[in-house]
Amino acid sequence: MSALLKISGLRAAYGQIEALKGVDLTVGAGEIVALIGANGAGKSTLLMTICGRPRAAAGTIVFDGRDITNLQTFAIVRFGISQAPEGRRIFPRMTVLENLQIGATTAAPERFDRDRARVFELFPILGERRHQRGGTLSGGEQQMLAIGRALMSQPRLLLLDEPSLGLAPLVAKQIFGVIRAINAEEKITVLLVEQNAHHALRMAHRAYVLQTGSIVLSGTGAELLANEEVRAAYIEGGARGAA
Amino acid sequence: MMGAAPRLKDAGLAALVALALAFPLIGFETAESGVGFTTRFPWVAIAGAAVFAGRLLLGLLPQRFHLRQRASRSTAVSDGKFVKLAAAALIVFAVLLPVLPFASRRSIDLATLALIYVILGWGLNVVVGLAGLLDLGYVAFYAVGAYSFALAVQWFGLSFWEMLPLSGVTAATAGILLGIPVLRLRGDYLAIVTLGFGEIVRIVLNNWTSMTGGPNGIGDIPRPTVFGMPIAPGAPAGVTTFNHVIGIAYDPIQRLIWLYYVALAVALIINWFSLRIRRLPVGRAWEALREDEIACRALGLNPTTIKLSAFATGAMTGGFAGVLFAARAGFISPESFNFQESATVLSIVVLGGMGSQLGVALAAVILATLPEFGREFAQYRMLIFGAAMVAIMIWRPRGLFTVRAPSVRLDQT
Repeated sequence: MSALLKISGLRAAYGQIEALKGVDLTVGAGEIVALIGANGAGKSTLLMTICGRPRAAAGTIVFDGRDITNLQTFAIVRFGISQAPEGRRIFPRMTVLENLQIGATTAAPERFDRDRARVFELFPILGERRHQRGGTLSGGEQQMLAIGRALMSQPRLLLLDEPSLGLAPLVAKQIFGVIRAINAEEKITVLLVEQNAHHALRMAHRAYVLQTGSIVLSGTGAELLANEEVRAAYIEGGARGAA
Repeated sequence: MMGAAPRLKDAGLAALVALALAFPLIGFETAESGVGFTTRFPWVAIAGAAVFAGRLLLGLLPQRFHLRQRASRSTAVSDGKFVKLAAAALIVFAVLLPVLPFASRRSIDLATLALIYVILGWGLNVVVGLAGLLDLGYVAFYAVGAYSFALAVQWFGLSFWEMLPLSGVTAATAGILLGIPVLRLRGDYLAIVTLGFGEIVRIVLNNWTSMTGGPNGIGDIPRPTVFGMPIAPGAPAGVTTFNHVIGIAYDPIQRLIWLYYVALAVALIINWFSLRIRRLPVGRAWEALREDEIACRALGLNPTTIKLSAFATGAMTGGFAGVLFAARAGFISPESFNFQESATVLSIVVLGGMGSQLGVALAAVILATLPEFGREFAQYRMLIFGAAMVAIMIWRPRGLFTVRAPSVRLDQT
């Protein structure tokens, strides 16, 4: 399997505070890779640094053989990396359809109808609500819209930041199902940040555990799911793990 | 709802505040002759009583108005039709205005001024209403448009029709020049910098006497010709007047009517352009930028070009308005381009409902003509103006027209 995304020695900081302290991570083409860790471990920072904000202080990010470390965010998206950012960040006063249109900014216009139909097939509720303003959707629907919007740019790598955050278990399960479907049917590679370690590890081909800015553990999803430390820190002691 | 006792207490408090304010403001009057002042405390008491009664009444009103607001929200679906009808009616009225019975020199001139404000409102609407960039120095582009027209006439002898598009270009360039340094700013910070830009332009115009004539301004600005033929009582040798060609006697009102129609045409073109551009990727990108800049970036939109295009488009529209303004007045000076103008145009956009073409047009007509209608009771003009603003902010806090029409519809999935 060839590496689609290869991160080596990545450092990033917010002012004086170093959030990433030399991260090495590889995402192979066609994989689902999960990134788990406690709050403040640097998971979201890692996703954002891939997208160029904050800038990498050291290290390289290579996507599909091309160094994207110093590119602007909007330019990185054009290479085929798309992000459903933390907190969904949909456009609240614009309709579902308009949100999808903006997601398709970098895509070939003639593919719009097909891509839109595919998003409505993955998330039928979005099709029903296509003329509804984004801000009036429920949390789960907004998350679906955020993912659908990210898919509209026809990405090869989809970055998902806590897609299950604040959702009812049933809705979260539905979203995880769709992520699997996207990966299996569209061959879109997924890098996923998740607090819900149990679900994430069950779904992921491989996973990394991030702790205070460094990767401390990596392996296949099943391996990490069976790992004593991981179970203690992130799964069984849910309350302890989140602290 | 409040009971009787708290309502009385609330009204009493308001009356106390009114008394405290009225005591120095109304209680004393400088003497007609000589030094010193006379007192008029009965008026202070009357003011206090009026505020007390008014506050009590206001407490009783809301029930009715809340109901009405809810009703209007539930009919939002049919609003699209209503907006279309209202817009069509307004356009028909605007086209017929010069032949209506009350058309006079004054009313047509006023209508032209109103159209200039409509154009300014639509221009600023792109920047503030669509792209969400708070611009307090919009008057700068109005001034750039007007001055580039006036200076081109003075130095190069260019005409209205040559300078109408060119002034748009110079104003758009000014928009980009302002845009580049403020790209990183948003909200309050952007507002302050644009405010400064507006002042800089005015002060430069005021002090660069050799170029702009300073406070004396520039006069003898020509009115628009009809296909190259002026509307005039007589013409110098070699020039045919339009009146001569169509064989009617000269009347000064003809110039006003022609300028009015030119302004109307410019306004309609800008309106058509604005409605179209909202459906194009660049218009959608402006709105997305207003909603969430970070999400825009994450979706591959370049905020730099989006902001610059919004600034340039808004500035270009302001430039067109400036040319029309200079042609209407025949004379411009820096005084016409003070902060007051920026504030008026911003109020037009806010009162009209940010992003709504019809709302902005209505607000522009109201704000431009209200001072004229108020002339009979000039003393109370500002009072009425203020009261109208407060009333809109209470009952229509998002502007006259708040319904945002989706830029795209799709009926089959």
